[in-house]
Amino acid sequence: MYIIPAVILLIVMGIALFRAFMGPTLYDRILAVNTFGTKTVLFIAVIDFLSGRAAFLDIAIVYALINFISVIGILRFFEYSSKTALEEEN
Amino acid sequence: MTAIAITRMSDLFAVVMLSGIYSLLSASLFLDLDAVDVAFTEASVGAGISTLLFLATLKLVPRYEKKSRYKPTLALGVVIATGALLIYGTLDMPHFGEADAPVHQHVAPRYLNDSMNEVGIPNVVTSILASYRGYDTLGETLVIFTAGIGVLSLLMVSRRTKEKALQKVPADMQNQIILRVVAKMMLPLILIFALYVQFHGDYGPGGGFQAGVIFAAGIILYTMLFGLSLTQKVIKTEVVERLTAFGVLLYAGVGIACMLLGGNFLDYNVLRHDPVHGQHLGILLVELGVGITVAAVMITLFFKFTWRTVKHKYNQ
Amino acid sequence: MELLLDIVSWILLISGSFFALTGALGLLRFPDFFTRTHAASVTDTAGAGLILTGLMLQAGWGLVLAKLLLILLFSLLASTTACHAMAKAALKSGLKPQTVNDNSNSEKETSSKP
Repeated sequence: MYIIPAVILLIVMGIALFRAFMGPTLYDRILAVNTFGTKTVLFIAVIDFLSGRAAFLDIAIVYALINFISVIGILRFFEYSSKTALEEEN
Repeated sequence: MTAIAITRMSDLFAVVMLSGIYSLLSASLFLDLDAVDVAFTEASVGAGISTLLFLATLKLVPRYEKKSRYKPTLALGVVIATGALLIYGTLDMPHFGEADAPVHQHVAPRYLNDSMNEVGIPNVVTSILASYRGYDTLGETLVIFTAGIGVLSLLMVSRRTKEKALQKVPADMQNQIILRVVAKMMLPLILIFALYVQFHGDYGPGGGFQAGVIFAAGIILYTMLFGLSLTQKVIKTEVVERLTAFGVLLYAGVGIACMLLGGNFLDYNVLRHDPVHGQHLGILLVELGVGITVAAVMITLFFKFTWRTVKHKYNQ
Repeated sequence: MELLLDIVSWILLISGSFFALTGALGLLRFPDFFTRTHAASVTDTAGAGLILTGLMLQAGWGLVLAKLLLILLFSLLASTTACHAMAKAALKSGLKPQTVNDNSNSEKETSSKP
């Protein structure tokens, strides 16, 4: 019963990864990384129920936190150099 | 595959982000192998803190890698040879998950069977890390401590610069109001969760390393959104630097206390009358020491990098 | 009762996966950054909320339920806020959203980009 969501989430993660590689602008990459992170959180939660152990949920929480913090860190990095970054990327 | 993409890119920023994804992927791999504690560490350390510290470093160096002039054929040859040797070495290893592999014959059964009686902690990983392999973990904590000291001595910032900067540096993301409010709401949850990981390490995955990293990540989030000067009011740099040493001293002090009470170094059995209680107390203190050191070192590193950036930006 | 819970959580899980998949398709196919943000963030919250609620129905009372609630809270707060901050930063850095007027030459624009 948990197999279907797990497989679909894996596909979604793959697509997000693809977007992170391809993404024309830098912000596309950041968005893709963020999506990848949230989907990983869901994936771990589903896997947790699939395997029947509750130990993985801590890791999912850590992912949710870390993902948020690192996206903010990346954005802050561009507060300084946002103008040039976009031009360089295109 | 992500690793290949990392080496091919010259845009260092994209490399940092991809390495974050890479560590998420490898953490999923560890999950698949049922190594919960390892995955936990990989998630918090690999994906979280190292990404943040890489970004802080990136501010100091140019964003694009320089074109290298030499052809790395020789290095490639060496790497391929080493890889081939390693793979050749794995041919001798027993098959994955085989019951009579040497790993399962030597000390592992003792750890798995007796740790409940000798240490009395459900999570075997924690009892191995903090009790059976206490020396190794002390060494790791010392390594982190040494790394922190090394960066401290490399990135010295004079007091005069600090005072000058404190007056004129605004908070970094002054205009992101929603972000600031949400971060303020999340911060207590993050810190509480860090403490939960710290003290729940006996029963589930977690422990000093992970808790320290999560705690530091919370503080770093605060620093990023509200600026260094405000954070300095909460946590003084000097205090954090002292705490770095305090964690290691706490760890080693537990060992010395064991010696004074008549046991061996880091032999927790003598801490209380009941050996199991002694183990509990010892592991708790040791993990606390590890957590304090890791958190303090991470926070110090981030502070130093940020000071350095501030100095570059405003002192020209 | 058990059966009812199973059925409801099954429906929630499937619809959550559906939302996640549509979000991914939007991330892949939409023409510019802001529409992609829309696809990703809207379906992110719907997908995450539905899947986590579905899991919660299976969890029963206990620590697991509390942890799932915590994850739900984090993902609702963090994901949307991150998307908002991202869109704001992109707008500030000079990335223009595509409007109806320049829809005709959007084909050329997207194809000329590497």
